Amino acid sequence: MTLNLTPNIPDPDGFYDALLAAHEGLEKEQSDAFNARLILVLCNHIGDRDVLRQALEAAKAP
Amino acid sequence: MVDVRYDLAFKLYPYARVAAQDMPMQRLPVVVVGGGPIGMATALDLGRKGTPVLVLDDHEGVGQGSRAICFSKRTLEIADRLGAGQAMLDKGVVWNVGKVFHGPDRVFEFNLQPEAGHKMPAFINLQQPHFEKFLVDEIRVAQAQGAPIEIRGQNAVTGVAPQDDCVVLDVSTPEGPYQIAADWVVACDGARSPLRNMLGLSFDGRVFEDNFLIADVKMTAAFPTERWFWFEPPFKGSGQSALLHKQPDDIWRIDFQLGWNIDRQVELDPTRIGERVDAMLGEGAEYELAWTSIYTFQCRRMKEFRHGRVIFAGDSAHQVSPFGARGANSGIQDADNLAWKLDFIVKGLAPESLLDSYSAERAHGADENILNSTRATDFLTPKSDMSKIFRNAVLDLARQHEFARPMVNSGRLSVPCVYDGMPLNGPDELDGPDITRVGAPCIDAPLDRGYLLDRLPGQFTVLAFNCAVPEIDAVEGVPLTHVALRMTEHDPTGALAQRYLGTQPRALYLIRPDQHVAARWPDTDIDALAAAVKTAIGKGA
Ligand SMILES: Cc1cc2nc3c(=O)[nH]c(=O)nc-3n(C[C@H](O)[C@H](O)[C@H](O)COP(=O)(O)OP(=O)(O)OC[C@H]3O[C@@H](n4cnc5c(N)ncnc54)[C@H](O)[C@@H]3O)c2cc1C
Repeated sequence: MTLNLTPNIPDPDGFYDALLAAHEGLEKEQSDAFNARLILVLCNHIGDRDVLRQALEAAKAP
Repeated sequence: MVDVRYDLAFKLYPYARVAAQDMPMQRLPVVVVGGGPIGMATALDLGRKGTPVLVLDDHEGVGQGSRAICFSKRTLEIADRLGAGQAMLDKGVVWNVGKVFHGPDRVFEFNLQPEAGHKMPAFINLQQPHFEKFLVDEIRVAQAQGAPIEIRGQNAVTGVAPQDDCVVLDVSTPEGPYQIAADWVVACDGARSPLRNMLGLSFDGRVFEDNFLIADVKMTAAFPTERWFWFEPPFKGSGQSALLHKQPDDIWRIDFQLGWNIDRQVELDPTRIGERVDAMLGEGAEYELAWTSIYTFQCRRMKEFRHGRVIFAGDSAHQVSPFGARGANSGIQDADNLAWKLDFIVKGLAPESLLDSYSAERAHGADENILNSTRATDFLTPKSDMSKIFRNAVLDLARQHEFARPMVNSGRLSVPCVYDGMPLNGPDELDGPDITRVGAPCIDAPLDRGYLLDRLPGQFTVLAFNCAVPEIDAVEGVPLTHVALRMTEHDPTGALAQRYLGTQPRALYLIRPDQHVAARWPDTDIDALAAAVKTAIGKGA
């Protein structure tokens, strides 16, 4: 499978808002931990090692 | 003189003067240097095959340090092939339940429901001295049955001189030195291998900057037979991780990860150890310290395990961290791999180059073990802020969510190595199960009577499932054993068909003496079989 790098989230502004809201009131340390948990949850949902490899690639600084 | 470097748990082969000490240099086919678990297993295997073997060990028995406690199914299967498996099983502790803690909180609990249909359990806990003693006991049984094995205690090898057609060893004894010439030397002399050093061979890898305190304690109070593992344990001064695990005879292994900058003498003070153990077991727990030690560890291996007529096996060839219990377990697979090849060479059945496949196959195994134990170490002791954040995120999620639990890595238990893509492999023409592909060790399965592995006692074997056994008894002088199994008759549980046929109606397997699959086909084919035997003994085109 190929990693989807085209817009795929309905209501992008709403999602972005929800992401920031999840971090609201957290200390830096708590935010880091939250991000790590979020990444793990999402990666598990994707599961496909090939897609995950492409995602790791895509996330590297351009 | 021979230095005594450790106390003995069992004195099994006291020094005794032998005639060879007063005679011109003796010439022997195989000398094993070092009588640890790997040397003894190698000698037992060779001797049972009828190849004369001499073991030289610088002590008079098995050392007291408990060291290895966890022995895997494959190790037990190999020991069973050698005759020592049942004694280990009878004495060992089988456990299934593990609990993982993070600080004071329980993260999750697992029950390793073992897969049914195997003679041996997934692993047992057994103190290393017992493991070694059972091997020596079996050597005594084999000797009584005529196996040409000799053990010489307090015979330390102090010099090694490779010649064109043999290796000359200098041997030191309490009554002075003598020399032995050997066609082949198997160096099973442990991680500090004097032979490796004398030959000036390198042993490269990674030293992990950490100290582990081990305490084996004897407790009489009831305590569950479970494995308890703590990340960031809550007890005072217990370091980054801790482990509590049961062994036979009411002995518990406790392991504390202490960090790098410690004072060994201070930490080994029994009062100090007592405080730590009290903190872990709770006030009022009654116990005695049976054995304590501090160790650091390395992950490293030799580039090649064969250097001419000297072959390295066990810790002398590779060393891993103890997480995942891979040291002795992988060394026993070395012995399993090496013994039949040496036996064939001594008997003139295979070219000397067959030994290069030992190096290739077992170096592949060592790499797998080093990779696994390095990964466990990185999970246990995160090396950066971010790796610690992820490690703790995994532990946090594992409390609620099943998906995170397989990522929790407190050491992966040793599983046998599959020799994928190795030069001795023949064709894999069966569209069969992956677990029994060419290169894999045979997976056990119950038969109508006994187990499959009982039928594979160390020769090349043609295993015919639902098909005719080819009428061929030997290839190039190598005898072939035949085992024909019909699923309708011999497979009471269906496990045999599931593990060896998958969706196929029949299959022909060629099995090596170490029970690894050499080749497999969808039906009987004599020419292909003969060619595969040649490939598997290093005579391939
Ligand atoms: C704390 C700890 C826990 C461990 N836990 C496990 C575990 O749970 N599972 C597991 O599989 N492994 C475990 N291991 C690893 C395991 O103990 C080793 O891998 C195993 O002992 C290696 O066996 P060996 O025969 O290669 O070497 P050794 O056991 O070191 O034996 C070498 C032998 O050679 C002899 N010798 C040395 N020099 C000479 C000489 N010059 N002449 C003659 N003889 C000589 C020595 O006296 C000794 O008898 C653990 C190790 C440690 C330290």
